[in-house]
Amino acid sequence: MSAEQFLNELKRIYPAERLLTRNAQLVPYESDGLTAFRAKPAGVVLPQTQQEVIDTVKLCHRFKLPFMARGSGTSLSGGSVPQEGGLVLALNRLNKLLRYDARNRIAVVEPGIINLKVSQVAAADKLYYAPDPSSGPVCTIGGNIAFNSGGAHCLKYGMTSNHVLGIKAVLPDGEVCQFGGDSLEGCGPDFTGMFIGSEGLFGVALEVTLRLLPKPEVYHTVQAAYDSLEKAGDAVSLVVASGLLPGAMEIMDRISMDAANLAVDAGYPQDAKAMLIVELEGPAEEVEAEKPRLHQLIEQSGAYLVHVAQSEAERYKIWTGRKSAFSAVGRLSPDFIVQDGVVPRSKLGKALAEIVKISEKYGIRVANVFHAGDGNLHPLIMYDGRQPHALERAEELAGEILKMCISLGGSITGEHGVGLEKRAYIGDQFGSQDIDFMRRIRRSVDPEEIANRGKKLPEAGAPALMSHGAHPLEKAGIISRM
Amino acid sequence: MLSPSSLNEVCDAVRSLPQVRVMGGGTKPALSANANLSMSKVSGILEYDPTEYTFTALAGTTLAEVRDVLGKDGLALPFDPPFVESGGTLGGSVAAGLSGPGRMRYGGLREFILGAKLVNGEGRVVFGGGKVVKNAAGFDIPKLMVGSLGRMGVLVELTFKVFPCPATSATVRIDFPDVASADRAMTALAMSQAEVSCLDLEPGRKLWVRMGGLPSATDNRIARVLSIAAGGEATVLKGEDDERTWSDAREFRWVPANHGLIKLPIAPSQVLEVEQLVSQLGVNVPRRYSVGGNVAWLAWPTNLPASRLDEICLTLGRPSLTLSGNFDAPWRARQPANAFEQRLFAIFDPASKLA
Repeated sequence: MSAEQFLNELKRIYPAERLLTRNAQLVPYESDGLTAFRAKPAGVVLPQTQQEVIDTVKLCHRFKLPFMARGSGTSLSGGSVPQEGGLVLALNRLNKLLRYDARNRIAVVEPGIINLKVSQVAAADKLYYAPDPSSGPVCTIGGNIAFNSGGAHCLKYGMTSNHVLGIKAVLPDGEVCQFGGDSLEGCGPDFTGMFIGSEGLFGVALEVTLRLLPKPEVYHTVQAAYDSLEKAGDAVSLVVASGLLPGAMEIMDRISMDAANLAVDAGYPQDAKAMLIVELEGPAEEVEAEKPRLHQLIEQSGAYLVHVAQSEAERYKIWTGRKSAFSAVGRLSPDFIVQDGVVPRSKLGKALAEIVKISEKYGIRVANVFHAGDGNLHPLIMYDGRQPHALERAEELAGEILKMCISLGGSITGEHGVGLEKRAYIGDQFGSQDIDFMRRIRRSVDPEEIANRGKKLPEAGAPALMSHGAHPLEKAGIISRM
Repeated sequence: MLSPSSLNEVCDAVRSLPQVRVMGGGTKPALSANANLSMSKVSGILEYDPTEYTFTALAGTTLAEVRDVLGKDGLALPFDPPFVESGGTLGGSVAAGLSGPGRMRYGGLREFILGAKLVNGEGRVVFGGGKVVKNAAGFDIPKLMVGSLGRMGVLVELTFKVFPCPATSATVRIDFPDVASADRAMTALAMSQAEVSCLDLEPGRKLWVRMGGLPSATDNRIARVLSIAAGGEATVLKGEDDERTWSDAREFRWVPANHGLIKLPIAPSQVLEVEQLVSQLGVNVPRRYSVGGNVAWLAWPTNLPASRLDEICLTLGRPSLTLSGNFDAPWRARQPANAFEQRLFAIFDPASKLA
């Protein structure tokens, strides 16, 4: 069976405008949010119906051709970098809201729907979809499912899988399966949970049942400035020990505050070494009772400047600065890699000191933004890919940080997934027997390994690291990260 | 009955037995009938640091021990596992996939399990997940274990995320004139921003609402709940009365003798349909709806045939799980395993030793 035959079969499913094979059409699909990896697919299809996805997967299975489903391509681990010569299913048009049921507090959606769109629909009933990755305004639910995305509010609400009740999916051989349902409770093994975070290795989600929560009635968002990172870290420990359970606790260092100020005029303090964002949320009377306790703790922790958001607009500004931190760092450096390793919360101080040491050793600047409440680091490693071996050195530095996370008892990834980028390190976090078992699981579901081949598990056949990190479209001057 | 006391002994036991049926505390007799492997000696908390909001314990550790240890630091398992007083274990809770009334606020067991070490049907040790509160590496094997009834592996070691307990809790019981108005009030509360921590309905038209938080907010929060769930006669329960109310619910003390216990997950909008189906049975089936109507707990008279339960499940389009009583199989009206499920069962338990 030849490539030509495959293409002819695809043409039976898709009209010409939804089957992209010309070089210029493929460029946008060569890379994702982690621009250091790139590969050229043989083609890209733009399905509009679930049946088209099923037919395409069956075709790939028949031709044993690797395929990858993608949404908006915001993966920060290279998860949506295609397979060289494989097929990309771009699912952005498979984006219907199939059912919105406020009484049962669920929404059934297709995978291409934008994360934030779900909350916008539910807002009429004061409900929302809790997971809020920084890319929420553009990323899709399908991608969130594949990578079990997180966000700033995971401490209290958990990651994507906690908010997904059921999935209808097509397996890599074209079989369609339904897992879970629309109740918060279930009977039998949690196959829905197992499917989530599988990074596309188990196939493509076609329909997803999301749990919606009542939107917190009020927020109390506090921004506290410190003259050292340690003090900000101590503040987190104090809050944790107090029994308060804030919705979010974030820390930013000087470089990331500078970047956010420059990029989105975040208005963060100009002289602070570290800034803590803490957000209480809940029923008005409860938050009112918690406020004095929180402010007492922040004062005790040695904050020299405390600012409370006085309006929804101010709260939005604080969060916009935080959530734009990754792309904002693009203002300070031509290229960067972002990592998302996790350490036990009590080891945060140690981990940050270690990152400073590693950064000095390499002579490479590293900005730090982190979900302090759950020990989820986000070192942004800045380099200039035009310099010889700069990317390799940055990757090497990143690898040292990942190994440190493992040695402190943490994880190489809290929310971005393993993707392409961290495959070399997953074997350090899990024993070889565990990796072997995961591989057996994968092969039992997909013996030909055609679904998102080369991701998540250490295996061959992945695209090589490119020497310079700008997205192909960025290089061509078509898009910019800000 | 084999009673291993270490991971290696569990592996040996699984390899030596032709068929493995695991028992924890034996609090769910329908699930541990014919058990030949007791996990009671595989017990104890291995790692615990209150500032991390996590702990790791062996699967046979009792829920009571966990409650006592965490409680000293003002922490608790947020999914409020049932069968604490009667000797339930962590492993049994995971295998049965059980959460209690307090799961209303922060979520169920599946949302708090972080890591699992298990012995699969080949007698091999499998580890998945992690020991930190956030981890996206590897397949989510810990979640797969939730509700697996030990059919994908014998659970040996488990890691959970925990939360601080609210400083204080209070409960209001609201008696409505009929079940329909109680159901309406339950829906209004579940959709509201009042953030209640438990929301149960007894078809005797009683709505039970619990809220937790700082003492200075309690009275205002009670007032708010009563304004949302208007139209009934309210009684406020605090202190020991509040505690006892939820301990009774968690331990299923309302289930009479000579009755089995069934977990029937439903959509909240099906409460009245369940009421109607149960009323057609012609015998009294004591019951309680929990988690804002996401689960119906039925006390099934032992002389009422299982086929009548299957009819209800099929009409609702919902499977159920039997925890005690005269049933030939724990899962009722559950769809046959689909391709994905079959393939995973085949990897975890190739010889169907755990089936």
